[in-house]
Amino acid sequence: MTDEIRRIINDHARLPVDISALAVDADLYQAGMTSHASVNVMLALEDCFDVEFPDRMLKRSVFESIASIAAALAELQVGVAA
Amino acid sequence: MSVAVDRDAAFLAAVGRIAEEVAAPNAEDVDRRARFPVETIQALRDERALSAFVPTELGGAGVSFETIAAACFQLGRRCGASAMVFAMHQIQVVTIVRHLDGAPWFEAYLRDVADEQRLIASVTSEVGTGGDMGRSVAAVTPAGAGGCTFEKRAPTVSYGEHADDLLTTLRRGPDAEPGDQVLALTRKEQITLEPAGTWDPLGMRGTCSPGFLVRAEFMPEQVLPTPFPRVSVESMVPVSHILWSHLWLGIATDAFDRARAFVRAAAKQKPGQPPPTAARLSHLMSELSLLRAEVSSALAEFVDASQEPGRERLSTMAATLRFNNLKIAASEQAPRVCQGAMGVCGIMGFKNDTPFSVGRHLRDTMSASLMVANERIHQTNASLLLIAKEV
Repeated sequence: MTDEIRRIINDHARLPVDISALAVDADLYQAGMTSHASVNVMLALEDCFDVEFPDRMLKRSVFESIASIAAALAELQVGVAA
Repeated sequence: MSVAVDRDAAFLAAVGRIAEEVAAPNAEDVDRRARFPVETIQALRDERALSAFVPTELGGAGVSFETIAAACFQLGRRCGASAMVFAMHQIQVVTIVRHLDGAPWFEAYLRDVADEQRLIASVTSEVGTGGDMGRSVAAVTPAGAGGCTFEKRAPTVSYGEHADDLLTTLRRGPDAEPGDQVLALTRKEQITLEPAGTWDPLGMRGTCSPGFLVRAEFMPEQVLPTPFPRVSVESMVPVSHILWSHLWLGIATDAFDRARAFVRAAAKQKPGQPPPTAARLSHLMSELSLLRAEVSSALAEFVDASQEPGRERLSTMAATLRFNNLKIAASEQAPRVCQGAMGVCGIMGFKNDTPFSVGRHLRDTMSASLMVANERIHQTNASLLLIAKEV
């Protein structure tokens, strides 16, 4: 799952740094992800994992790192059935 | 509880008195000469109103946020510029109080705000960011002896020359990304302001908000511990929109009151015959009611969400959309009400020297859609609406 998240961030977060150099707990916003780019990341995640993030999850802290995104997806049962 | 209620009521009564006795008689001169409302701000200092929201344990009055909002409304009814200065100061105070996170420097600073009734201005806009408050060019820059400096080109700094201290958005460091921001509080003796531009605007003339090149030397502990992106969504943006909209509602309410006085005067001249403008006044009341409902429901939602542990709800996109919508709706509705009042009063409203003049009201509220441009907010909302579920 982490690899997929990395790929989506690489494609949509428009970071000025190389995503492969970022630790799973690195702050994506500090790394240069804008609010607008984060919306595109969320859309791509919903599409890729076939989920809908509920409103309570649609906040900065949920999307601030690869680890926090993975935790959110786990909470939405992504990967459990597979 | 009743002590808190009494304290809030006493504070509001004092601000109401200042609005009537000081702000109102000076409003026209403040507007005409585009001068700072010195009398009103001094009267507010004398009432210790600048530290009203500071908790009692730090020397303030500890009044509720709702009371601060109501005070903005009261002042707005008598002098829009005075209300805006008061509101912007309170935005900075509320932001610091909610996010100081026990930082000793900021606790000591709030005591100084209370003791010395220091007036805080903000430096959030910046040349080169296209009006996006979520990005900075200027950075906290390490200097000798453990200190820091910054240099920031601000296209507007409201009452910058009259403020004691400045709260400034900056990049965390020279290498930080534009969105990796912090807030720094610098005191007057640490700041130099180089004027850049003039101040002769259409409305809100008493806020005295020309541009400046701001330079400051300060210590690292003067940077607020909480990162600005969090401060922004949990406090600075919603608080700004709520307090601004309260004063815009105040201005619109006074414009409506003047229109009503005009219709009443006409009715008295010809008893038994409803004046032709009476129906227009009724239409105007509907418009004012819409504005009032939006403003008061947003305040209630913010207070409610602020009481939740961690203020989680405020950091959601749904909350961002909610308070952005308040800004857009209130900033468009307030001038609409003022223009409607002018329609009722006719030439008597258009002239600047009658009891029914509403020109200043209209001009002041026309600034509302520009203070953080509505089109920029629409762009943000448009993006958030792609992903938010319930709005």
